[in-house]
Amino acid sequence: MDVVRALGVGKQYRMGAQLTAYSMLRERVGEMLRAPFRKRDTAADDGTFWALKDVSFEIGEAEVVGLIGRNGAGKSTLLKILSRITEPTEGEIHLHGRTSSLLEVGIGFHPELTGRENIFLNGAILGMHRSETRRKFDEIVEFAQIGNFLDTPVKRYSSGMYVRLAFAVAAHLEPDILIVDEVLAVGDAAFQQKCLGKMRSIRSEGRTVIVVSHSMSVVSSLCQKVIWIDQGRVRQVGPAMSVVSSYLAEGAKNAISWSPRTREPFPFNYDTVFVARADTGESIDPFPGDAAIDVILTFTVDEPLPASRVEVRVHNEYGEILFTSTSADDLPHGKHEWSLGAGRFRCRIPANFFAPGVYHVSLTEPRGTYDILRDYVLSFTVSEEQNLFARDGRPGKIAPLLDWSRQ
Amino acid sequence: MHTVIKRRTGLAQLNLREVWEYRDLLRFLAWRDISIRYKQTYIGAGWAFIRPFLTMVIFTFVFGKLAKLPSEGVPYPVLIFTALLPWQFFATAFAETANSVVGNGYMVTKIYFPRLLLPLSSIAVAFLDFLVSFLFLLAIMGAYRMVPSARIVAVPFFAALGIVFTIGLGLWFAALYVKYRDVRHFVPFITQLGLFASPVAFSSSIVPEKWRALYSLNPMVSVIDGFRWSLLGTSELYVPGLIAGVGISLLLLVTGIFYFKQTERVFADVM
Repeated sequence: MDVVRALGVGKQYRMGAQLTAYSMLRERVGEMLRAPFRKRDTAADDGTFWALKDVSFEIGEAEVVGLIGRNGAGKSTLLKILSRITEPTEGEIHLHGRTSSLLEVGIGFHPELTGRENIFLNGAILGMHRSETRRKFDEIVEFAQIGNFLDTPVKRYSSGMYVRLAFAVAAHLEPDILIVDEVLAVGDAAFQQKCLGKMRSIRSEGRTVIVVSHSMSVVSSLCQKVIWIDQGRVRQVGPAMSVVSSYLAEGAKNAISWSPRTREPFPFNYDTVFVARADTGESIDPFPGDAAIDVILTFTVDEPLPASRVEVRVHNEYGEILFTSTSADDLPHGKHEWSLGAGRFRCRIPANFFAPGVYHVSLTEPRGTYDILRDYVLSFTVSEEQNLFARDGRPGKIAPLLDWSRQ
Repeated sequence: MHTVIKRRTGLAQLNLREVWEYRDLLRFLAWRDISIRYKQTYIGAGWAFIRPFLTMVIFTFVFGKLAKLPSEGVPYPVLIFTALLPWQFFATAFAETANSVVGNGYMVTKIYFPRLLLPLSSIAVAFLDFLVSFLFLLAIMGAYRMVPSARIVAVPFFAALGIVFTIGLGLWFAALYVKYRDVRHFVPFITQLGLFASPVAFSSSIVPEKWRALYSLNPMVSVIDGFRWSLLGTSELYVPGLIAGVGISLLLLVTGIFYFKQTERVFADVM
């Protein structure tokens, strides 16, 4: 049975609704004085746009479904409609079962309240009854690993503890349908794994999960089905792997440049990044198996930047991270200093390493105290030509040529 | 459980059952506001007393001693404190209610719950202050060796009238505030002006007869006179004014709920 069924859902917004959403009474009164009999909604150039249009899909029981799409594609709008925060302009959605949504962790958390108090408050906000929260209280505390700080105001928590507590409350909801937005993007790696595990167990309990994520590795490992939203419409629905790989394949580039004019006012900016053959320097796709591949990053440091590093993450066509390499791997602290002005990194991936297929590269960009992730900015293809994998079709995600000797 | 999400057309449903299902959240929201206030302030609950007490002292001095207004045979401080009880409730609850949706905007845009809970919890918090102040009034009366008359049984009725009026007006402003940010400047104006358009600092008996009807269109007049009538035995009840006060309050409540429910569906879009 379908537990979620969306039929022709559309949402219309006014242009610039985010900026000038609320108006001044003066304007509204002035407008009424000037044109008292005109119906405002039918103004000639009404300056509206459809954030979502004709969105239809079905989600079955115990399915974990990923919602993917570029920024501004309409994912968040769809989530808000599914969560009943805003209503659709047209169409309808049928939900069978108790629904909880987590568009943000820790909604309603108050810094002055203790961990214990916030658990109850947040539980109530998420729709849990007091008795239910009390019953799960110990489990929540244990999951969050905040034992000793239970009666400390959360304003004294580290951000990691705060997020763990917030997620712990949410994870102990027992909805039939759970709607989650990007909450996995927070916390340390170990905690993220724990959260993923929790979501798998929610699925195994027969519940339905709808998750929005920018991390294709999360989506392809967690979800069975993926809905790709593009410019407010459903672009593709299907098994996770195939939708993710066509999503990533779209707009795949082996070079990308940022013009200095569109640069953001941060101390570190990439100028051009590209992949090229190490021997010839050519960026011609596909690369034969026996070619070493260079990832070249040119950048400019405009302001002093604390010691840090950049990371190169290489994903397979489903977004799974195959490996991460950093610009400071050879240094004991994993960080290096920066000098002002233009700079360039070369990250060489050895020849005879990849299996044939499509690969995507994500980069981190240091911002001083934190990094941001530029995901899937580069793509390249490794062909079957001169490839160990192709020679005998051996199993494995990569096909590295290793150093063997007979002794 | 089957939920259909679609554009709501026609009149809003009040859906009190849903509010009831979320009663735990209502309690927690009210409890949050109270407990935060107590954690952030040094004298906490003391403010429920100090504010009306200082106002009482000043008003007694200005209106009782300097202007020498009549006090209907009760000590001027008692006359004023009795009026401050419902007035402070109104002023605080109205301002908090009007701000309740915008002030909790980060919740409104992130999660679904019956939006009515926000104004209701503001009212609940102010009502608790009211109860605390009520005990202080009894203590002050005791200090003047006064005993409330048997009419004290009518206090809940007048308190209810004050609550209905406050919720009604508060709902209107809470919803208007989301769309029109001018409301922020308008609310303090209403409470300041209202203080003098209501018999807080003086007795209704000094209002000239010909203005009586107009003056009684303000439901707080009936509420305050009702408090004095039932607790102090003064201020004869002006029945036509009371009827008008009840009528206006109920009208505000019904239209306020209606307007709030009609606009709540776009709260998240315009915030």
